[in-house]
Amino acid sequence: MRVAIVGIGIHKFGRTPELSGVQQGACAARSALEDAGSRWQDMQFGYGGSYSAGNADALGNELGLTGIPFTNVLNGCATGGSALLAGCREIQSGAADLGLVVGFDKHDRGAFNASPAEYGLGAWYGEVGMMVTTQFFAMKLQRYMHQYDISVDTLARVAQKAYENGALNPNAWRRTPLGLEEIKSSPMVNDPLTKYMFCSPAEGAVALVLCREDHAHRYTRKPVFVSAAVMRTRLAGAFEVYGPTVSVTQVPNATELASRAAFEMAGLGPRDIDVVQLQDTECGAEIMHMAENGFCAHGDQEHLLHDGQTRLDGRLPINTDGGCLANGEPIGASGLRQIHENVLQLRGAAGRHQVPREINTAYTHVYGAPGVSAVTILQK
Amino acid sequence: MRSETNSRAVDATLFDWPASDPALKASRCLECGALAFPAGTNCRNCGAIAVTQERLPRRGRLWAWTIQRFMPKAPYRSLETLATFTPYGVGYVELPGALCIESRLTENDPRKLRIGMELELVIYPQWLEEDGTAVMSFAFKPV
Repeated sequence: MRVAIVGIGIHKFGRTPELSGVQQGACAARSALEDAGSRWQDMQFGYGGSYSAGNADALGNELGLTGIPFTNVLNGCATGGSALLAGCREIQSGAADLGLVVGFDKHDRGAFNASPAEYGLGAWYGEVGMMVTTQFFAMKLQRYMHQYDISVDTLARVAQKAYENGALNPNAWRRTPLGLEEIKSSPMVNDPLTKYMFCSPAEGAVALVLCREDHAHRYTRKPVFVSAAVMRTRLAGAFEVYGPTVSVTQVPNATELASRAAFEMAGLGPRDIDVVQLQDTECGAEIMHMAENGFCAHGDQEHLLHDGQTRLDGRLPINTDGGCLANGEPIGASGLRQIHENVLQLRGAAGRHQVPREINTAYTHVYGAPGVSAVTILQK
Repeated sequence: MRSETNSRAVDATLFDWPASDPALKASRCLECGALAFPAGTNCRNCGAIAVTQERLPRRGRLWAWTIQRFMPKAPYRSLETLATFTPYGVGYVELPGALCIESRLTENDPRKLRIGMELELVIYPQWLEEDGTAVMSFAFKPV
């Protein structure tokens, strides 16, 4: 049995100094409940998480302490995907009919400074200056550009598209379109990536109401069904964030594992997907993730982006809400933001960032430290 | 390089120090043969607890790189302040027949770095402790 998404809610991404992360989570939850025409008191379970803004079950203080099982999820960039997966299993097992999943966050400005010990690494790894996520993305991209002839212009096109889509999305943070030259000539952060090619840690919240497939029409006229929800972790030797070594022989990464499993679970292939949300921590990540998720051959991104194929009106629209680049990265919320966007696209309710054709099948992908990835495939 | 009496390795498992011919130390699984750095007491591939130590090659080729242009937040430690911070190179170095190792690079000029160039291991002081002890780490330097 598939699980239906019957309510979605979002608190605007960016900076909201007057609200805590939990309060932003509560705003998103109230919107999702209203969207499903249901009450918090009807929810039979909750799964949710944040990385920097506290336990998600503190939402009970905002929404009401109803005694339900609420499980806090702490799974890096896969927090939202893991919460959704757990919620789906709760319903598929028959343990519950209706519940809420939520992700929110509120990070300090500047790059993340993770603790090596929390990742099972020696203190030295941080002390010598290698515990920096931006370095990983830059090194992976530097090698990828060398192997597959990807140009700096192609990187800049990803950011240009992100800020264009962000400008059309009232919930996005960065809503000012930028030109290719402005993106390329902004200060270099980690070669070859400039400031405007990176997303920034930020704030935001998203919640979803889930129910049994056969109950969906009690709550909405436009249910969206979860055809696959998958989470995978790294293999020994793969090239992943916070990895002191990589094998000299190629090992599939967490994204490739999650993507393959999701397509298999849904019984679909990349050609069946109408709209795609990919982890775009920086421009290169979106480019590399296009191929790792099976949407093109390595190196084809150069001409696909030149031809505008990933824009809203292209053959394969990617990050239609502006992605992490335009929304920022609240770790606990980003995975569910992608799902929120895909539900809007499937309902035909995305407004100015709606893809201008029929959308039946939509794909999300997140990736983060220390080599975790979550993928979903949603259908009408 | 500093004298033996006032320096120590940033982590004793990474390389022998002091040493006249230092090399990075890895562990090899006696069951599946997988090599790991830093050396562990078990295998990160199959979980076996029977491992042996070996020295890694001192020379290799640049596999991936970037320049770190902003000063990392704590736990980063160095002799620098935000005002004196100097960007540094970071890369993965392919040690033939062994592993690609993530390492600082002595070179921070992007025009002088290219994938495939030959590099060799050096040991350098990352910071000084209050009593003057130099805390040594590893880097790779163009040959």
